[in-house]
Amino acid sequence: MAHDDEPVLQVSDLEVTLEGRVVLTDLSFTVRRGEILTILGPNGAGKTVLLRALLGTVPHQGTITWKKGTRIGYVPQRLPYIRNIPLSVADFFALKKGAGPDVGGMLRTVGLGAELSKNRIGDLSSGQFQRVLIAWALAGDPEVLLFDEPTTGVDIGGEETVYALLARLHRERNLTMLIVTHDLAVVHRLSSTVLCLNRQPICQGPPISTLTPENLRRLYGPEVKFYEHRHP
Amino acid sequence: MDSSLFSLASGTFIGGAAGYLGSLMLSRRMALVAGPLGHLTLPGIALALVWGFDVSLGAFPFVILGVVLIWLLEMKTRLPMEALTALVFASGVAIAFLFLPIGQAEGALVGDISKAGLPDTVLSVAASLAIMVAVRRAYPKLVLGNISEELAAAEGIDVRRYDLLYLFLIAVIVALGVKIVGGLLTAALVAIPPSAARNVSRNIRQYTLGATAIGVTSAVAGIVLFRLTGFPAGPLIVLVSAAIFLLTLPFARRR
Repeated sequence: MAHDDEPVLQVSDLEVTLEGRVVLTDLSFTVRRGEILTILGPNGAGKTVLLRALLGTVPHQGTITWKKGTRIGYVPQRLPYIRNIPLSVADFFALKKGAGPDVGGMLRTVGLGAELSKNRIGDLSSGQFQRVLIAWALAGDPEVLLFDEPTTGVDIGGEETVYALLARLHRERNLTMLIVTHDLAVVHRLSSTVLCLNRQPICQGPPISTLTPENLRRLYGPEVKFYEHRHP
Repeated sequence: MDSSLFSLASGTFIGGAAGYLGSLMLSRRMALVAGPLGHLTLPGIALALVWGFDVSLGAFPFVILGVVLIWLLEMKTRLPMEALTALVFASGVAIAFLFLPIGQAEGALVGDISKAGLPDTVLSVAASLAIMVAVRRAYPKLVLGNISEELAAAEGIDVRRYDLLYLFLIAVIVALGVKIVGGLLTAALVAIPPSAARNVSRNIRQYTLGATAIGVTSAVAGIVLFRLTGFPAGPLIVLVSAAIFLLTLPFARRR
């Protein structure tokens, strides 16, 4: 996949302090068009905070520069408040500007049936809900997708896993993606670049050469056991 | 026109606007904020009763103060909303009872709509309509902001601006609400109609229409019952909406 050379996103010397605690520091990276960057790190490493900073909802120091006019789709990990209102899936899409009326078509893109559009969001299974969130993020035809912790896809006979779905979307739309995860399989299967994060950057680069046992030990601490992922 | 029609007109519009706006507040567990804000208006209501001007006008500066306090404190301290509202609540009631003549306490606490006149009715109707128009225009953005600040930000919505609009609308509805149900019961006006509507709604259209209709019905029924029984209108309005909520309960889903 050809990457345009112009960066979509440039982050330099990012620092985020929340309630007097430094949760991210000394972070710099660049994302180019069509790149899939995974952000790997243990719980509490500041991965979600990084996404929030990129969206501009937490105060930060340093600079975050999006290429002008970049359309961003965001897939959150969970939406605790959404079940408090009786929203149908179609209602949820109506909240998005530029989504268009073809909710059924958007649902089919992510492997869901069009008839789901009349269901209440609160009645969806967690797998269906995650796909609805992906379809919602895609509805505005974004150039960049920010994805917070895809749930590990369970292969149910014949169904496309969330990873396969993301890989297909990347192929079809040349989407640039930033995926937060703690799942090494996601990093190896999807990403062109990995950023290992534990409040500060630990390592950064192509997964195969970056995720060495030594670096993973630095990221997760010495007690964690893991195996190297080998491609055939 | 006599005061019955004025009070019915005020009640209809304030009840409807409160139910409609309340449908948004329910989504972020904000509905109960209207309670402490109502309590904070008590000093303003007390001043209005002592000096004989419209209670909503007396309440308004206090509720704006409360909104600004909550907004600033929440941003600065990130204290839980419950702790902030308890603080605001107690202070409001305490100050009011320093100088409110005890004979006028009932009107301040549970409202008194029996003396509605033309000017304050016009004000109530106009302000309620303005709230409904503002809520309708901003509804998708406000719902999105309530569901997730990040989703809204990704959509290019200025979340802080809409938060401020949202709090301002809450302030106006509380100031209007104290006129019909007093300083103690305003949370009921915004919390109960949408809670009842949610039990029987499958989508957002049914929900918002339902919340508005239940708000209107409760206010009208409460005021009619007040004319028939002589009990104060405020508590009757709240009890009618609570009864409607109980009727919808068998239809509520578990999730």
